[in-house]
Amino acid sequence: MSAPEAVELEVFRYRPERSDEPEMERYEIPFRPDWTVLDGLNHVKEELDGTLSYRWSCRMGVCGSCGLEVDGEPVLSCAAYLEDHLPGPIRVGPLRGFPVIRDLVGDISDFVAKLERVKPWIIGEGEGAGAGRGGGAAPDGAPDGAPDPGEPHRQTPAELAEYDQYSHCINCLLCYAACPIHELAPGFLGPAAIALAQRYNLDSRDRGAEDRRVVLAARDGVWPCTFVGECSSVCPKGVDPAGAIQRYKVTAARQWFSALVSGGER
Amino acid sequence: MIRGREPLAWGLFAAGGTVAAFLLPAVAFVVLIALPLGWTGEGARGALGAWADGAGHLLGRLALTVVLPLLFFHAAHRIRYTLYDGLQLHHLERLIAAATYGLATVMSGVALVVVWFLGPGGGG
Ligand code: SF4
Repeated sequence: MSAPEAVELEVFRYRPERSDEPEMERYEIPFRPDWTVLDGLNHVKEELDGTLSYRWSCRMGVCGSCGLEVDGEPVLSCAAYLEDHLPGPIRVGPLRGFPVIRDLVGDISDFVAKLERVKPWIIGEGEGAGAGRGGGAAPDGAPDGAPDPGEPHRQTPAELAEYDQYSHCINCLLCYAACPIHELAPGFLGPAAIALAQRYNLDSRDRGAEDRRVVLAARDGVWPCTFVGECSSVCPKGVDPAGAIQRYKVTAARQWFSALVSGGER
Repeated sequence: MIRGREPLAWGLFAAGGTVAAFLLPAVAFVVLIALPLGWTGEGARGALGAWADGAGHLLGRLALTVVLPLLFFHAAHRIRYTLYDGLQLHHLERLIAAATYGLATVMSGVALVVVWFLGPGGGG
């Protein structure tokens, strides 16, 4: 197929001051084989219609802000080439499951609040809820025995490998858009928040597993997940949130049963 | 109780799924292939008789005591989530949980009565 001169973008528009209803608007843009959908949107914004709103920043798959649905698939628009969506019109919409503020801009405050709840940072010795209780339960065999404060936090390559993949998450939220449960059970903590919780739970320097357990093992934590697995298929950074969730289910169930046997707090 | 019974429900689901994954291929092979094709040597009655002997043996009965409830609770969990998400019945959460796990409990009870008192080698 010879390359076309132009291609049409069919873009989701929502302008609450004009209408309560969203509408689709078509723009004809030049076709270039090296253009991504984001380049196309930038062309629209600069040349055709300055009122179009969307998020973007780095243009190289690092910032995580340009996630959109292109022909119904959640993708980073900076990594989706026009060429792969010919002949068009190429449908461009906001990520599913997030209330639309304007055009392609979704409201992600619900996700940010969920992310904060799992405390996505290293909780050191003596800092978490588990402090004074044997340093908190180290899950999944994360080694105990943190270094003294002031000592360097040494980590072996094997310890790094435990959590490395989860640290690649860029909070692009494609996994939330792909997850059917996120829409069906709005309280669900969701793929990235759980993967990021595991990113710290599995870090040998962290002692926050007990703090996070209250959130992860709660009714709306890992349990609504029915292992659809779409989150892991759409992730542009090779993170496996579905695996993180299943792994944490095993951890939580094991802790529940051992508490049952030992008569401890479930 | 923050964490509720969800870990228990999921634990039984996971264990039941694992058991089913191991047993189903063998059961399907015997029932759907080996029996109809007469590979079981003595014919269908002989093979079924051998199964019945196994189920009547003390070890067989102990195994069934573990396996059958796990399978029922596995199914209950799956049906529960299918109703929640598939049919969008979140508002009936308590009723669905009571019905699915309740049914699994009743079926487990019935199965154990059959295994221990009514089945081959049972007291009845
Ligand atoms: S897990 Fe992957 S898809 Fe989900 S937010 Fe992180 S990078 Fe994006």
